[in-house]
Amino acid sequence: MVQTRPWRQFLDEAGDISRFTGRFFSQWFRPRYEVAEFFRQCFIIGYKSLPLVGLTGFIMGLVLTMQLRPSLVSYGVESQLPAMVGIAIVREIGPVIAALIFAGKIGSSIGAELGSMKVTEQIDAMEVSGTNPFKYLVVTRVLASTLMLPILVILADAVSLYGAYLGVNIRGVTSFDLFWQQIFDNLSFGDVVPAFVKSYFFGFAVGIVGCYKGYNSRKGTEGVGRSANSAVVLSSILIFMIDLIAVQITDLLHLN
Amino acid sequence: MLATASIVTEKKIITEKEKVIAISHLYKSFGDNKVLVDFNLSLYAGENVVVLGKSGSGKSVLIKCIIGLLEPDNGTIEVFGKNIPDLGHDALDEMRVKVGFLFQSNALYDSMTVRENLEFPLRRHTIKMAQKETDRLVKDALDDVGLAHTIDMMPAELSGGMRKRIALARTLILKPAIILYDEPTTGLDPITGKEIIDLMIEIQKKYNSASLIISHDMNCVRMASDRVIMLIDGKCYAGGTYDELKKLTDPKIKEFFE
Repeated sequence: MVQTRPWRQFLDEAGDISRFTGRFFSQWFRPRYEVAEFFRQCFIIGYKSLPLVGLTGFIMGLVLTMQLRPSLVSYGVESQLPAMVGIAIVREIGPVIAALIFAGKIGSSIGAELGSMKVTEQIDAMEVSGTNPFKYLVVTRVLASTLMLPILVILADAVSLYGAYLGVNIRGVTSFDLFWQQIFDNLSFGDVVPAFVKSYFFGFAVGIVGCYKGYNSRKGTEGVGRSANSAVVLSSILIFMIDLIAVQITDLLHLN
Repeated sequence: MLATASIVTEKKIITEKEKVIAISHLYKSFGDNKVLVDFNLSLYAGENVVVLGKSGSGKSVLIKCIIGLLEPDNGTIEVFGKNIPDLGHDALDEMRVKVGFLFQSNALYDSMTVRENLEFPLRRHTIKMAQKETDRLVKDALDDVGLAHTIDMMPAELSGGMRKRIALARTLILKPAIILYDEPTTGLDPITGKEIIDLMIEIQKKYNSASLIISHDMNCVRMASDRVIMLIDGKCYAGGTYDELKKLTDPKIKEFFE
């Protein structure tokens, strides 16, 4: 009996998140449309995450290049460094790192914000004030995070490639034009599109998990901290699971 | 004895006033925990009724059932003749314009200024209103609670008593006919608590609104009530004026007044 309890909790939570997601899909098309709040959330979620995602992307590009160089030198294919780094960043590192940073920043902040609103009765006050709090708080945040993460991923990829250019030129000399030509010559439709598409799913997972954890926060201020923490943990796990599924699908469709 | 006290006070009011809230045979439980068991209550126009009970006795559950935040298991809650559990979303919103709710924790929106907090119910409940009219209503509501100077401040910059007053101003901005107060003096020092009670009485006189006050603060009960309902074991255990109830010898009632 004791052994089955964690499994039961896991299944209960999976069911609750599925219902919560179903409620999101059933409500996002229905009026009243919270357009102003949606754009406000796009600004908070997208624009304000830009410096952090950009900085981590730049460092990741630089470090990845410096780490790869010795191996390529030992095989005598040092000239392929820009191409390898470019593919790695665009296909995998860029989307996943940006999504994980996004989960840490946005997932936790949504979880904590909605959690504190829940325990201080602000969500109830919204309902009493003639507002559907689910539409106003959840639908706007989930849509904003779904649409903003792919844009952040594109920007993170670009900044990361600039970091890679710097990394290539620390120990060697490659012209700016040659670096970019090597990257674009080796990138194909099948590298860019699946990475871009899975970013939408990453953004949706971060938004829905953050909102679910915050909206269902319990046990006062302790529960708020727990909501923020578990939003980050769960959305990070989901990002890797979505990544795993995405790679299987692209493989099946021969996009690899 | 208990019933007599209750009926005498209520009969006097029935002859003069319209019944604005009528709760009958209300049941609400959470799992095995039966919170409200066959609870009955009436509130008349212009009357202040305090529901008195211990912490965890179901007072807040009762008030949340009235405003439609919780659904009762059984029974009827008629507000202006309409049964709340039967109302659809739009009808419930319409009803909530007439029923103000002061939350125990004030529930001010942290990310909004005082002005935005007060404008929020106006913008959400009314389809369109000129900015000039909105500004006037906000100013009037803040004047009512004596905090016009805080209009551009954030809730975090205000003291506990000020936050309670701003929450009251937000409740008043739609000029509700009924105001529900959930523990209005909880967490306040006795002096600030008394100021809030005085303000509630003043507002009730000014707008002639009916008030249902949930409390376990005996000062609040004594000062603000026309009639007191004692919520014990999920039921309406006794009812009457403060003085009538104070005279009773029932130990469950007596412990509140000692």
